[in-house]
Amino acid sequence: MILGLALKSLRNRRFTAALTVLSIALAVALLLGVERLRQESRESFGSSVSGTDLIVGARTSAVNLLLASVFRIGNVANNVSWSTYQRIAAQPEVAWTIPLSLGDSHRGFRVLGTTSDYFAHYRFAGNRALELAQGRRFGDAQEAVLGAEVAHVLRYGIGQEIVIAHGAGDVAFALHSDHPFRVVGILARTGTPVDRAIHVSLAAIDAVHAGHEEHADDPLAAALKAAGQEHRLNAGDRVDGRDHAMADGTDKAASERTISAFLIGLKNRSAALFMQRRINESRDEPLTAILPGATLLEVWQIMAAAERSLFVVSMLVVVIGLAGMLVALLTSLNERRREMAVLRALGARPWHVFALILGEAGFLTILGMVLGIAALYAGVAIGRPWLEEHLGVYMSVGWPSATEFGYTMLVLAAGVLIGLIPAYRIYRLSLADGMTIRV
Amino acid sequence: MTSRAGTDGEQWAASDAGRAAHVVDLSDLRFSWRADASPIVAIDSLRVARGERVLLQGPSGSGKSTLLSLLAGVLKAQQGSVRILGRELGGLAAASRDRFRADHIGVIFQMFNLIPYLSVLENVCLPCAFSSVRRTRCEQAGAGVDTTAARLLDNLDLRGDDILRRPVTELSVGQQQRVAAARSLMGAPELLLADEPTSSLDADRRAAFLELVFRECERERTTLIFVSHDASLAPLFDRALEWSALNRPMMVRAPVQ
Repeated sequence: MILGLALKSLRNRRFTAALTVLSIALAVALLLGVERLRQESRESFGSSVSGTDLIVGARTSAVNLLLASVFRIGNVANNVSWSTYQRIAAQPEVAWTIPLSLGDSHRGFRVLGTTSDYFAHYRFAGNRALELAQGRRFGDAQEAVLGAEVAHVLRYGIGQEIVIAHGAGDVAFALHSDHPFRVVGILARTGTPVDRAIHVSLAAIDAVHAGHEEHADDPLAAALKAAGQEHRLNAGDRVDGRDHAMADGTDKAASERTISAFLIGLKNRSAALFMQRRINESRDEPLTAILPGATLLEVWQIMAAAERSLFVVSMLVVVIGLAGMLVALLTSLNERRREMAVLRALGARPWHVFALILGEAGFLTILGMVLGIAALYAGVAIGRPWLEEHLGVYMSVGWPSATEFGYTMLVLAAGVLIGLIPAYRIYRLSLADGMTIRV
Repeated sequence: MTSRAGTDGEQWAASDAGRAAHVVDLSDLRFSWRADASPIVAIDSLRVARGERVLLQGPSGSGKSTLLSLLAGVLKAQQGSVRILGRELGGLAAASRDRFRADHIGVIFQMFNLIPYLSVLENVCLPCAFSSVRRTRCEQAGAGVDTTAARLLDNLDLRGDDILRRPVTELSVGQQQRVAAARSLMGAPELLLADEPTSSLDADRRAAFLELVFRECERERTTLIFVSHDASLAPLFDRALEWSALNRPMMVRAPVQ
């Protein structure tokens, strides 16, 4: 009966009540959305590289190397010479290597030059290998394998011809239009940056740049190229003789080739620290080797500050939502004192009056929470493609995590706690008022 | 009188209420809002018999409403005895007084009687939500709660399904007062307390309203204590008491000083 009264009373004030519920719902959706985004971005970051024991690039910061090589965020300033790569790949501890050559793009998507080892050894999300959804791996210099997202966004299929551009931007300054590629394969979706890459062979990258150099219509690229050659020359001096021992025995183009970075899988994981040290201290060429897991932790530390401030903001929004409810409840009290006096005359006890207001606060909070969660799920369902495309974050529509559940309970507790204020106030008022309101 | 096993208070209702000599029996009653203030209510003795209709006439703001709150058990006297239906209210805990009020006392106010978001019927049935005793009485009278409410409204000249389902805010003041009267009489409480219920009505409506309330009180032999500043109502009642003669706070204060 008291419940029925409370509901009818609420229906009577449905406009204010709806606004209160709306503000709580938005606050809860924001709070949980921020938390979910944090979880999912960590997860998708964390699952982007697995099974790789070391990542090696030219000397740079660990975070920069990780972001550039795996997440394709930013660029590496210097390259690694092919001979040095060969030398390290030949070490007895090394099980496999994947060379990565970045720096070109196609309509905003990065082009990754690599070898077929990429398909054989690259692992993500635990121990999943790359799979082709359509077609086959690239073979000769004119073939490309697309990530799932690339194919989806650009609506490319097998047989599509593409032209790659120098640089990573959406708007390219120099097109390698004399070297069009043909799409021969499309990878299955992975939920990692692989989806957003166009994979071609290293030889293809060489060919593109060899041709491009002759045109010399991009002074910046030409300058970079020249600097790179000079560097390689220096490096080549020291590792003289080893260049001849190249496994694939390719021509001069391959010997002058540089790569952005390479991934290493070791025969024995426990050798990772030892190898890292040896590479970092190598005098042949200044290199940086990182343990992806350890560097990922560094990335989290950098992101933690941003995450925290985002969290604080969303918490504040929850506080504002609940404060709105408090204001709505308090302003309704004067009007409701008469109501309470009538109920008291009819035999309602002061705690009935207390429960009526507290119940209302609890009900509004729960309703707001439920709507907020519903809004979040709807938002995730609707916003998923956009998030994938623009942020590379893959949101899953799953049950709320323990943390999310914890936050919801926290909001509920805060809502009820805030409800105590008007409830206690009207309790005191109705004790003093009795059946007649003394204003 | 209903017979119903339950808590102490309810068992008492079955056994003693009928035998109580007076429905209201006050003696040596003192009440003040603050402990250090002089009492606003000071009544040496007041007895009201069953079925009696008493008018308490006096100026506004002189403590008449406070007396009604004391009789209803919403307020508790600092001193003296308030016996309603033979039950000493001072000896009851607050929750028991609330239940006692729900079971045995009906109240009509001057204004703001009704819950605005409930329909006429819902308002009238409200006492039965707080008191199973009154609900049982409605049922024992051979009718359900809704039927009893409709009958009471009918007796008070509020007829038809149309009016039962209407929001109370759409009614005129006179109609609202009659709805309030019907509600206070639901489940035949032994004592009806009325606090200036006619002051917002014009003279014709006032007389008509009183006539309807009296008729209902007679039917159930309900005791009525009616508070008003309007002396012209006095001839209509069994007994009219001058508030200033009954309540003598100054007389109390003198010996203390």
